[in-house]
Amino acid sequence: MARIRFKNVRHAYPPPKGQEPVYALKEINQVWEDGGAYALLGPSGCGKTTLLNIISGLLTPSEGEILFDGVDVTSQSIAARQIAQVFQFPVVYDTMTVYDNLAFPLRNRKMNESLVKERVEQIADMLDLTTSLKKRAANLTADGKQKISLGRGLVRSDVNAILFDEPLTVIDPHLKWQLRSKLKELHQQIGMTMIYVTHDQVEALTFADKVVVMYDGTVVQVGTPVELFNHPKHTFVGYFIGSPGMNVIPCTVDNGQPVFAKNPLPIAQPVNKDLSGKLEVGVRPEFIDFADEGIPVNIEKVEDLGRYQVLTLKHEQETIKMVLNEDQTIPSENPKIQFNPEQTRVYCDGWVVEEAAHD
Amino acid sequence: MTKTQNNKAWWLVVPVLLLVAFNAFIPLLTVVNYAFQETFGNNIFFWEGTTWFEQVLRSSRFHDSLIRQLIFTGMILAIEVPLGIGVALTMPRKGPWVSVCLVLMALPLLIPWNVVGAMWNIFALPEIGLLGHTLNSWGIDYNFTRQPVSAWMTTVIMDVWHWTSLIVLLCYAGLSSIPDDYYQAAHIDGASRWAIFRYIQLPKMKRVLTIAILLRFMDSFMIYTEPFVLTGGGPGNTTTFLSIDLVKVALGQFDLGPAAAMSLIYFLVVLLICWAFYTIMMRNEEQ
Repeated sequence: MARIRFKNVRHAYPPPKGQEPVYALKEINQVWEDGGAYALLGPSGCGKTTLLNIISGLLTPSEGEILFDGVDVTSQSIAARQIAQVFQFPVVYDTMTVYDNLAFPLRNRKMNESLVKERVEQIADMLDLTTSLKKRAANLTADGKQKISLGRGLVRSDVNAILFDEPLTVIDPHLKWQLRSKLKELHQQIGMTMIYVTHDQVEALTFADKVVVMYDGTVVQVGTPVELFNHPKHTFVGYFIGSPGMNVIPCTVDNGQPVFAKNPLPIAQPVNKDLSGKLEVGVRPEFIDFADEGIPVNIEKVEDLGRYQVLTLKHEQETIKMVLNEDQTIPSENPKIQFNPEQTRVYCDGWVVEEAAHD
Repeated sequence: MTKTQNNKAWWLVVPVLLLVAFNAFIPLLTVVNYAFQETFGNNIFFWEGTTWFEQVLRSSRFHDSLIRQLIFTGMILAIEVPLGIGVALTMPRKGPWVSVCLVLMALPLLIPWNVVGAMWNIFALPEIGLLGHTLNSWGIDYNFTRQPVSAWMTTVIMDVWHWTSLIVLLCYAGLSSIPDDYYQAAHIDGASRWAIFRYIQLPKMKRVLTIAILLRFMDSFMIYTEPFVLTGGGPGNTTTFLSIDLVKVALGQFDLGPAAAMSLIYFLVVLLICWAFYTIMMRNEEQ
């Protein structure tokens, strides 16, 4: 188990001939604590798998260092790093039994057979695989195979971290939930550092203590699920997390107050007056209410999702989404909306303009 | 809900049935017809029962060529399968060399069989052939037209040269279907090179390898053109394999009855071995 630290890690894949290299990872400086459950969340192509492969040693970064407990492992081999990895598609050794699969990493390290047995049985018990130990691995279902992949990581006691690369992609929805709770449970039981890559916000938010949101090769925010929801530091985080995502609408700033299409928007703390760059205001659909005074809107669409409704509103050319609880009603005439000042933020070139110290 | 019964679609199968009837079934029945009867021409036949079968099964000539055939097929399989796997493993997975290697590998397969025989015949001629002349100039007494061992070696090497590519290409296809994840997982599990081959590559190649071995078995068991052009079955009868022997009986001696009986026995042997091999391989799969 180890604390993982990235120092100025950058990575570019070899470019096609005659082209400048494009950095898949722009610059990563992070410290991930020992025993934490981290989720790397981001859209496809944001560099999260690249980062994962750098941790496991499948890739060597073009620049920068990666340290486990203060030891530079950048140039160490995969085996020397003691990392376990679970891949998107389950990897099992088809011809072996479940038992042999779980024993494989230990036998490769020349462990005593009686110790192997003890360890395999212990892990099989944790993963509910005891009854299928004698079965051939090829005959298991996808979730069973994925458990074996996971088990091969857990079986080694000297593992620094377990990496998951979208491990639930091929699992049936109802089993996904089970397996995810199992992972969470295992994390609490053995307290190993776990790093989980996904593009599914629900998976990330339910699995992790800390979610690392990545976008276009950089880490845009690291935080608990609540922090990410309440204080998105980047419009991407606001938009990516939450359903529907945060409203991001263009604005100007007048006297420290954002103004959207001539409507002043009250915010908790005035922002710095001289901002240059693309200015936007972000507010979550949950923090918009109907009011007597405010921005006049047209209601374009109402989607009833059971416990709440999602309204699509329009003011001039801008679309605004709003979430309405069951007990709230839609005004019949001239609807006007107001944003919750505490939850309205100004973003400059995508990044939040710090109005006050929070958390 | 009632289902409409309409069997008119079966008529669409008729062309295929006719085709199969004319190119497989009817010729086979003709052979069966000859195998149980004696004819002296003019379409006059006399019933002989199982006489021809008994004659063929008792003849030491048939036994000898069957044994030769089994040894030959065994030898080429023993060489081609490991060699083919080995070459497939060393071929590059990506990059510009992939297509170069594939084309080079495919080349021998594109050469007509009698041309292969003629090429090796000339190549191996003791006086003027590159191979034959070189061997003799090194002091190795080599003459495939006179020495049985030389003739056998040449035939086997010719077949290896001609057909190993088939196994290479099939194995290569099997290998390229293995996702990178498997190799990465194996590295993480600390697997040795041998363990990767034994537990990842070989199991993933199993299906294509089964097909490859079946194809090579059938083709080599029925080999005719190449040894016929190379050695003509000689020296003596030492490279007379089953097909060559069959043609000698049928067209050389015009013994249609025994030849037909021999054909049927030959056919059944091939069928039986293929079936047994395939069943064993697939039974393992299901365990």
